[in-house]
Amino acid sequence: MIAPLDEAIAELVHDGDTVALEGFTHLIPVEAGHEIIRQGLRHLTLVRMTPDIVYDRMIGAGCARKLVFSWGGNPGVGSLHRFRDAVTTGWPVPLEVEEHSHAGMANRYLAGASGLPFAVLRGYSGTDLVGHNPHIKTITCPFTGQELAAVPALNPDVTVIHAQRADRAGNVQLWGIIGIQKEAALAADRVLVTVEEVVDTLEPVPGQVVLPARVVDRVSVVPGGAAPSYAHGYYERDNEAYKSWDAVGRDREAFTRWLADLTAAAPAATLEGTAP
Amino acid sequence: MTTATRTFDWTSDEIMTVAAARALGDGMSCFVGIGLPSTAANLARRTHAPDLWMIYESGTLGTVPAHLPLSIGDGVLAESADAVVSVPEVFNLWLQAGRIDVGFLGAAQLDRYANINTTVIGDYADPEVRLPGAGGAPEIAASCGEVVIIVRHSARAFVDRVDFVTSVGHGRGPGDRERLGLRGRGPTRVITDLGVLEPDPDTRELVLTGVHPGVTVDEVRAATGWDLKVVETPAVTPEPTAAELSVLRSLTGPEARR
Repeated sequence: MIAPLDEAIAELVHDGDTVALEGFTHLIPVEAGHEIIRQGLRHLTLVRMTPDIVYDRMIGAGCARKLVFSWGGNPGVGSLHRFRDAVTTGWPVPLEVEEHSHAGMANRYLAGASGLPFAVLRGYSGTDLVGHNPHIKTITCPFTGQELAAVPALNPDVTVIHAQRADRAGNVQLWGIIGIQKEAALAADRVLVTVEEVVDTLEPVPGQVVLPARVVDRVSVVPGGAAPSYAHGYYERDNEAYKSWDAVGRDREAFTRWLADLTAAAPAATLEGTAP
Repeated sequence: MTTATRTFDWTSDEIMTVAAARALGDGMSCFVGIGLPSTAANLARRTHAPDLWMIYESGTLGTVPAHLPLSIGDGVLAESADAVVSVPEVFNLWLQAGRIDVGFLGAAQLDRYANINTTVIGDYADPEVRLPGAGGAPEIAASCGEVVIIVRHSARAFVDRVDFVTSVGHGRGPGDRERLGLRGRGPTRVITDLGVLEPDPDTRELVLTGVHPGVTVDEVRAATGWDLKVVETPAVTPEPTAAELSVLRSLTGPEARR
């Protein structure tokens, strides 16, 4: 259950997979994304509601052939320039996009986690998203005749999330802004969770989500693994890091230097997490 | 072109934010977008609307942040919220169910029927500029009781037709929202750094109903990419009070952000 991050990625993520690294501004599995870059994975379909700088980095590194998303930006700062470059010029590889609204993506995960083939919502009506995304369709309610939007279930091959902590059996606990992590994990075929720490007993926390070990494949102990996003109760969001990424992401040469530094470095502190 | 006969002790961004804040009534529930809408909503809550119930799409309900968040999901939003719920819950059980009075949105492009584009400038398949995309906006624009839009005025932003309809305002005119099954009233006000636009009750086209002090109608028309209609006597926005400015500057000043 508990494995070093590099081993867990090698075991669970393969070229061509559909991979979701989820986290709604909080608990973003940034180090896991870096490890995917280091291992040179290719042709991934990356899925995320809010692709931010970690997906910008993975796209710039050439890991992705397609992005499925609902809002792609550097929150509070501006655009994702590696994402823009891939979409507008195909650098370093062309990137296909499939875009939704947040409500659509949330319901796609919820349907996937619920074992349903599609989700129904009031959404998309009148928008140009409909004409540009064949996965948004209309359905008529069999009871009332109302026209509603239908979107297909989302079932990633792998979902990767970051959580505050796990116990030694692999039960995972997260709290604060809980986002879409539970649904994304339960929708996936395989689940990797990076955590701040492994503890003997998970003390209850208000507003917590607990993912039972039986739906988790691997837990990797990666302290600080969500930075520069944050882990509620552990460390705060590093807003300066988000701002300073803008200059790096904007420039192919600066990004290429950043990438060379990342891939030259050993994986970030990954611990076995088990007592010796 | 400014014909101001006196200088003001506030900026055009400040009066825009103050005017937007005043659009929020005390006790309303408000779905808040990040950036200018967030600044305006927090200003409202700290001045005339102490019981404004702010919701951010990260799932923080009734949040009372101690300082302005940079992102939609900063920890300060969760720490002070009445409840923190999942993303599917905030969109399905709160927004879609019709529990939110007003949605507060920004725009990269806005057209004469207050349709919003935050997706691409240019052709979708080969865009000049790739923007962040929809986020929560399409369903906020569809399902909130009404929508207030806050955006800086320029002929690039205020276009006859948006390149991409990310979020529907009034479609192509009267009856479109009803035809599309959109349950909220749609945009009721667009507040800019020059003035205030509102949809004509009959045509649903945005018309200029107010200007900020020192701004002329000609200036607004020059910054609008369609033949902007103007009400007979545009209102003049009351100047920001000392209290409004003081609170606003405490929110946005150099010491305000961590």
